[in-house]
Amino acid sequence: MGPPLGTLAGLRADLDAKRVSSRELVDACLARAEALDRKLHAFLGLRAERARAEAAESDARRARGEVRGALEGIPVALKDNMVQRGEPTTCASRILEGFVSPYDATIVRRLQAAGAVIVGRTNLDEFAMGSSTENSAYGPSRNPWDVSRTPGGSSGGSAAAVAAGIVPLALGSDTGGSIRQPAACTGIVGMKPTYGRVSRYGLVAFASSLDQIGPFTRSAADCATALEVLCGHDPFDSTSLPEPVPRFSEALTGDVSGLVIGLPKEYFVEEGVDPAVLAAVRAAVAELEKAGAKTREVSLPHTKYGIACYYLIAPAEASSNLARYDGVRYGLRAKDAENLTELYCRTRSQGFGAEVKRRILLGTYVLSAGYYDAYYRKAQQVRTLVRRDFEGALAGCDVIATPTMPEVAFRIGEKSGDPLRMYLNDVYTVSANLAGVPGISIPCGFHEGMPIGLQLLGRILDEATLLRVADAYERCTDWHSRRPPETA
Amino acid sequence: MSRITRQEVERVAALARLELAPDEAERMTSQLDAILDYVALLSEVDTTGIAPTSHAVPLRTPLRDDRPGPPLDPDDAVRNAPEREGSAFLVPKVIEGEES
Amino acid sequence: MSRVLEKYEAVIGLEVHVHLKTASKLFSNAPVVYGAEPNHAVTPVCLALPGSLPVLNAKAVEFAIRAGLATHCKVHPQSVFARKNYFYPDLPKGYQISQYEEPICTEGWIEIELPAEKGGAEGPQTKRVGITRIHMEEDAGKSIHDEVVAGTGSAVDLNRAGVPLLEIVSEPVLRSAAEASAYLRALRSILRYVDVSEADMEKGQFRCDANVSLRRRGESKLGTRTETKNLNSFRFVEAAIGIEIERQAKLLDAGGRVIQATLLYDPATNKTRVMRTKENADDYRYFPDPDLVPLVIDPAEIERVRRELPELPDRKRARFQAEHGLSEYDARLLTGSRALADFFERAAKALGNAKTVANWVLRDVLQALKERELEIEQTKLEPEALAALLALVESGRVTAKSARDLLPELVERGGDPAALVRARGLEAVSDTGVIEAAADEAIAASPEMAARYRAGEEKILNALIGQVMKKTAGKASPAAVKEILARKLRG
Ligand SMILES: [Mg+2]
Ligand SMILES: [Zn+2]
Repeated sequence: MGPPLGTLAGLRADLDAKRVSSRELVDACLARAEALDRKLHAFLGLRAERARAEAAESDARRARGEVRGALEGIPVALKDNMVQRGEPTTCASRILEGFVSPYDATIVRRLQAAGAVIVGRTNLDEFAMGSSTENSAYGPSRNPWDVSRTPGGSSGGSAAAVAAGIVPLALGSDTGGSIRQPAACTGIVGMKPTYGRVSRYGLVAFASSLDQIGPFTRSAADCATALEVLCGHDPFDSTSLPEPVPRFSEALTGDVSGLVIGLPKEYFVEEGVDPAVLAAVRAAVAELEKAGAKTREVSLPHTKYGIACYYLIAPAEASSNLARYDGVRYGLRAKDAENLTELYCRTRSQGFGAEVKRRILLGTYVLSAGYYDAYYRKAQQVRTLVRRDFEGALAGCDVIATPTMPEVAFRIGEKSGDPLRMYLNDVYTVSANLAGVPGISIPCGFHEGMPIGLQLLGRILDEATLLRVADAYERCTDWHSRRPPETA
Repeated sequence: MSRITRQEVERVAALARLELAPDEAERMTSQLDAILDYVALLSEVDTTGIAPTSHAVPLRTPLRDDRPGPPLDPDDAVRNAPEREGSAFLVPKVIEGEES
Repeated sequence: MSRVLEKYEAVIGLEVHVHLKTASKLFSNAPVVYGAEPNHAVTPVCLALPGSLPVLNAKAVEFAIRAGLATHCKVHPQSVFARKNYFYPDLPKGYQISQYEEPICTEGWIEIELPAEKGGAEGPQTKRVGITRIHMEEDAGKSIHDEVVAGTGSAVDLNRAGVPLLEIVSEPVLRSAAEASAYLRALRSILRYVDVSEADMEKGQFRCDANVSLRRRGESKLGTRTETKNLNSFRFVEAAIGIEIERQAKLLDAGGRVIQATLLYDPATNKTRVMRTKENADDYRYFPDPDLVPLVIDPAEIERVRRELPELPDRKRARFQAEHGLSEYDARLLTGSRALADFFERAAKALGNAKTVANWVLRDVLQALKERELEIEQTKLEPEALAALLALVESGRVTAKSARDLLPELVERGGDPAALVRARGLEAVSDTGVIEAAADEAIAASPEMAARYRAGEEKILNALIGQVMKKTAGKASPAAVKEILARKLRG
C-alpha cells in the first residue's frame, strides 16, 4: 500500500507538473481503498474499471492540453445517496438492493465537467439517518484514528476515506450535521453550504427542506476549490438558489483582522459537553484573536429547542420521501405477497432498518390527523424563531464559533441502544440546517488521541467568510495536517 | 403518563405500510414515547402569531417552460422493475378504487 | 325520480378533474401523450426515482389562471403545493402533489341553463352555480387489469402520471341529475372557450366525482353525503346521480340513515358499489411539499392573462344580441359552443345578413348535423359556402326550398353551392313566360277560387300560389308567382 494521497492542491500541482498521472493517482487510490477498507469499511462499492478508464481519458485530455477544470484527473468519492447513471445507489439500505440509476445527479455532471474521476460509493447511515454509520445495512464504517470508534455520521464513509488519505475529496450530505460531525470525528474539513447552494437533484432525499450536499477535504483551500465546482443554480431543483457563485479561493487572504467572531452563550455552558472539547474551541478562538479577530458574546435563545424542532420536521418529511420505496418500480420486493397491502408492508418491513422505521413512524404520527398542528406546525413555527436567532446574532458578528459536537468520536455500539441519546449528539449542528445558514467544521485539537472539531457558522450565502477564517486558522495551526497513525 | 400507545403505533405503522413484530412494536412504542416526551419541550415556546417556516432561505418560484424533453429510454425506465409485463410494472391485482 | 324529488331535495356538488393541454407534464418535462406504449413517456420524476425533483410547468399555471378568470374566481397571488400521502401502485411517489390549504383560485361562479320543465315558463331559465375552488394537481398513472396483459395481477403504466390537472369544485347547489349535467356542459364549454383543455371525456380529460345528499323539502340542515367517483360521461353522471338519489330516498323512507361513503359507478352494470366508508377512510397527512416553494404570481401577470382572455359565452351572447339583433334565445343557442359561434360569425360576416344566417344555422344546419350525428367541428360545409348558398336564395336565383334540399349534402360533403345548383338544375325559374303559363293553368283549373279572390278574399291567393309552385317544381320564386297571379286575377 502506498502513502496517503496528498491534498487536492498538492495533487493538482503534481498533475500539472506531470510528476504523476491521473491513472497513477487512481491506481494508488484504489490500492489504498482495497488495503484499508477491510479495517475501515468506508466504501460500499468501488468503480475500479470505470475509474481507471476515466483516469486514462483524463490523462489523454491533459496530453492534448484540454484540462476540463479544477478537478481534472482527481479521484473523488461520493456518499452512496447520490445517483450516477449506470451505477448502483443503495443509501446503505436493503430496500434499494440491485437499483441501478438511469440518470445522473447534477453534482455528478458538475464533477465530470470539472474533470473529476469518481472512484466509489461511500458508506452511510441508512438513508443518512444517524450520527455514526452504525445504521448502515452493510455494517458500520470505522474511524481511521481508532477503529473501535465511529467516524461519525451519517457521511462517515466519506469522512473516513478522506481522513485515511484514500481520496483528497469526498462528498457528503448534511441534514442535521451529517457532514460537519463526521469531519470533526475524523480530523478533516467538512462544509455544509447555504441551503440551495448545491443542487439536490440526484441526491436521494431524507428531509428535503434540510438536506444539503457538501465536501470533505483536508484543508480549507481544498474545500474552496471543491465548492467552486459544486455550487451553482440548477433548473432541475426548485430549491436551488439563482445567486452567482463567488470565486471562493480568492477569499482565502489569511487576513482576519477586525473580523468579529460571535460566541453564543447558549453553546458555552459546561453541562452536556466534554470540558476538553470546550477548552480546545476556546483555545482556537484565542488563536484567531491573536491573528487580529475580535470576539463578542451573542445569543441564540432558541438553541435548546433545535433538536426537538429538527426531530419533528426531519422525520415528517422523511416519512413522505420514503413512501416511494414500495417494491413496485425498483429495489427490493418481498416474495410471495398475496395482495398489494402485503406487498407494501412486507417489502418495507424487510427493506428498512430499525432507525428508518422509527423515523417513518414518528414522521407519520406527527403528520397524522389531529397531531399536525401540535407537532409539525409547531415545529415549523419554532423553526422561524431559530432562523430569527441567527439573523439577529449574525447582524452583530461575521461568524459564529461553536464546538461541532459535544465530545470526541464515541465507541461503536456505545449509543446504538438509545436513539434519543444519539440524537442529542447533533445539538450543535442541527440549528444551521433549520436556519439554512452555511457551516464548516475544522480540526482544532485532540483529546484521548481523537480529533476535536471547531464549527464556524456564517450568514446565508457567505461561505466565503467561513473559508477565510478556516484558512487563516490553518495558517497558524497544524491540526489539519495531522494524519491518523493507523493508516500512515 | 405515556404520550403514545401501542395501538396508536400500530395504527401509524399501518398508515406507513410497515408491519411490526410484537416485540418490535413494544420497543418502538417505548422509544417513540421517549422521543415525544422530549419534543414536548416545544410546548413551552410561545408561537402565537409566528408564521411557520418551510424553507429557511427565501426562494423565488421557479417555473419551467412547457417544452417536452426526451423521455427515458423505455428499457432504462423499467430495467429496475422487480416484476414486469412488457414495458409495464406488474403488481398483485389492484381492486379498483381500493387505496391499498 | 320526480316523485322522490317532491318529498326530498337533492343536494349535489361536483368535483371535476380536467387535463390541461400542455405539451409537458406538471412537474417534469416528460411529454404528454395519449395511447403510447406503457412507460414510454416517462422521466425520472414520473417514476419517482430516488433523487428526482419536481419543477413547475409555467404553462399549466397560466392555464389555471385562465380557467379561474373564466369562471369569475379570485386568482390568488400566492398558492401552495402540498403532498397528499397514500399508497397506490399508480401513485409512484406514494403521494400526490396537489393544492390543499391555499389553492390558486377560489369563490367563482358560472351560469347554467336549466333543463326546461314541461309547462314551465317559456324561454330558458338560468342559474348561477358557485365554484368553491380550483386547484392544480398531478394526475396518477393507470393500472391495467386486463387479464391478457396482467394475467392474475395488474399492470402499471405511468405515462399519465404527472399530467397537469385542474380540480374544479362546485358549491353543493345543484338539485337534480339534469342540473348536474347542465353544469358540466356549461363548464366544459367555458374550458374549451378559453382553450385550456380538450376536455374529451373519452380520453379521460374531463372526469367527474359527484357528492350527493338528500334532505326533506323545507329542511335546511344537510343530510349525510356520498361521493360517487369515476363518472366519465354525461350519461354516466346523470345515471349515477339518479341511482344514488333513489337509493338514498329508499333508505330514508325505510327510516334508515345514509352512511358517508365513497362509491364507484360501474357503467357496465349501471350500478354503484361502496369503495370506502368514512370508518376506513385514509389519513392523507397533507403538508406543504418541501421540494417546492409557494407559487407566487405577479398581479401584472394575472392582468395580462385577463387581457388576453378570449370572449366568453355570456359576453359573446350579449354581443350577438346587440350586434346582430338576435333574440336572447337564438344568441344563447349559437354561443353554446365556441365552434358553433365561430361558424355563425364567419357565415354572417360573409353574407352580411346575420339574422338570415342565424335562422338557417339554428334550423337547417343543426338539423342536418343531428341527422348525421355530426358535431359542428366535423362538418365539411365552410361558413362562407353557407353564405354563398343563402346569397343565391336572397337574389332569387335559388328558392329557399331548393337550398334546404341541398343543405344536408353540403353539410356532409361540402363543396361549392353554385356549382351544385347548376349540376342539379335547381336555378330558380326566372323566365316569366313559364310562370305566366302556369298561372293561367291554375286560374283555369279552379275558377271558384279566382272568383272568391276577386270578391275580396285575399288569402285564397296562397292556395293558387301553391298550385303554381307545384307546376314549377318549386323552382319559381314565390314572390314572382304572387305578383303575376295578382295581376292576372285583377285582370
Ligand atoms: Mg378531491
Ligand atoms: Zn383531485
